[in-house]
Amino acid sequence: MTTLFTSDHEWLRIDGDVATIGVTDYAQSQLGDVVFVELPKVGRSLKKAEAAAVVESVKAASDVYAPISGEVLEVNDALTAEPALINSDAGGKAWLFKLKIADRSELDGLMDEAAYSKHTA
Amino acid sequence: MLARDQQSELRHTPLHALHLARGGKMVSFAGYEMPVQYSTGVLREHLHVRKSAGLFDVSHMGQIALRPKSGKIEDAARALERLVPQDILAIAPGRQRYAQFTNEAGGILDDLMVANFGDHLFLVVNAACKADDEAHLRAGLSDVCVIEPLTERALIALQGLKAESVLAKLCADVAAMKFMDSGRRRIDGVDCFVSRSGYTGEDGFEISVPAERVETLAEALLADSAVLPIGLGARDSLRLEAGLCLYGHDIDTTTTPVESALEWSIQKSRRTSGARAGGFAGADRILPQLENGASRRRVGLRPEGRTPVREGSSLFADVISPEAIGTVTSGGFGPSLNAPVAMGYLPSSHAATGSVVFAEVRGQRLPTRVGAMPFVPSTYKR
Repeated sequence: MTTLFTSDHEWLRIDGDVATIGVTDYAQSQLGDVVFVELPKVGRSLKKAEAAAVVESVKAASDVYAPISGEVLEVNDALTAEPALINSDAGGKAWLFKLKIADRSELDGLMDEAAYSKHTA
Repeated sequence: MLARDQQSELRHTPLHALHLARGGKMVSFAGYEMPVQYSTGVLREHLHVRKSAGLFDVSHMGQIALRPKSGKIEDAARALERLVPQDILAIAPGRQRYAQFTNEAGGILDDLMVANFGDHLFLVVNAACKADDEAHLRAGLSDVCVIEPLTERALIALQGLKAESVLAKLCADVAAMKFMDSGRRRIDGVDCFVSRSGYTGEDGFEISVPAERVETLAEALLADSAVLPIGLGARDSLRLEAGLCLYGHDIDTTTTPVESALEWSIQKSRRTSGARAGGFAGADRILPQLENGASRRRVGLRPEGRTPVREGSSLFADVISPEAIGTVTSGGFGPSLNAPVAMGYLPSSHAATGSVVFAEVRGQRLPTRVGAMPFVPSTYKR
């Protein structure tokens, strides 16, 4: 499994033709305490860069954009009940949604872990 | 993120170094670089104030002394009554009162605290308005008063359940103070102006300190294990839960004190048939509204779901009508309520507690109930 990153601080875990998407630990540290998460509907077809989810802290709402195009296969309902999972485990249990990858060439522009570390340094 | 050149133009309070040392995440606010939160984070900072105590730097706010040229405090009080609809003459020595500067249209130029210090009045005004307020005071009162901005003083607020027990260790006198008492006290050997007030809905104190002594006093308060430093983020969520207005958002030059649901702050003596009725800017608009009500009103809003409803959201009477009937002026998540909370303006016909309106968030209309404020009961020591 490969993990890729966007400049908007999302991570994608690629497993065959499925991408699991979340926000990075850096992103959660910038957001602060997460109190509300809105996830896309299963079956929705997302275009790359389209607003897909919303993560809200006490102070502000932040959009999460679809890093690649694809159909939503599954969403992490645990976040609705426990939004603070994003603060405690952004890179793991707090995944947001899974996409069926529509166009693998869209993965080409994304960063690997080393490049992302540089990006947030 | 702020560009560096922008940052250098921001002013610093005397506690800037303390903010940085304590992990303050600095943001631009009213021309100052201020901590929006510390390493504790907004949510826990908020909850800590309600169950223990929090220290806020509010040194960006304006502190102004109004000194009567005649030496008689009544002259300064009468003069200030030209600019505010409150009864200033009735503020006893050692007491303070909440007030608003109004304009000719009855709108609010700023909201402020006015204290009677015996020989002069002491005013605390909002940071973003302080230059305009000073000019307004000079233009309106220079015949009677000397207007002295106290730029060499810092201002801190100690708020929360344990504020009294913490401050009493440094100044035993404060335990006897009641809500809205205000005056000179010696804290830890420093001459301060202390009022039993604040802007969180909790019991607490605001302390004006000579700028060069504030860091020592702040560190002495923070040395108490009950106290954490609290940033502007939690200050905002605390005042929102307390139903208190944020100037420039919930009240401004387009809202009158009656529309803003602040008529409780206007005493009988200044109303129609009162001993000193009217005589303030905008009286011809505000006095009839006090008698008959206004066509719109600031209300508390409790969204029924979990989605936070934020400033700028339009309010609708139902899920289909195209015309908005009101707007949200402050909103977010209330950590003590563990629920979204907001305030905004609605037509009086929809402003009764319990009525349901719909707030539009990302294209969806979310049922939102008009709720009584404060949302969290206040704990003032009356």
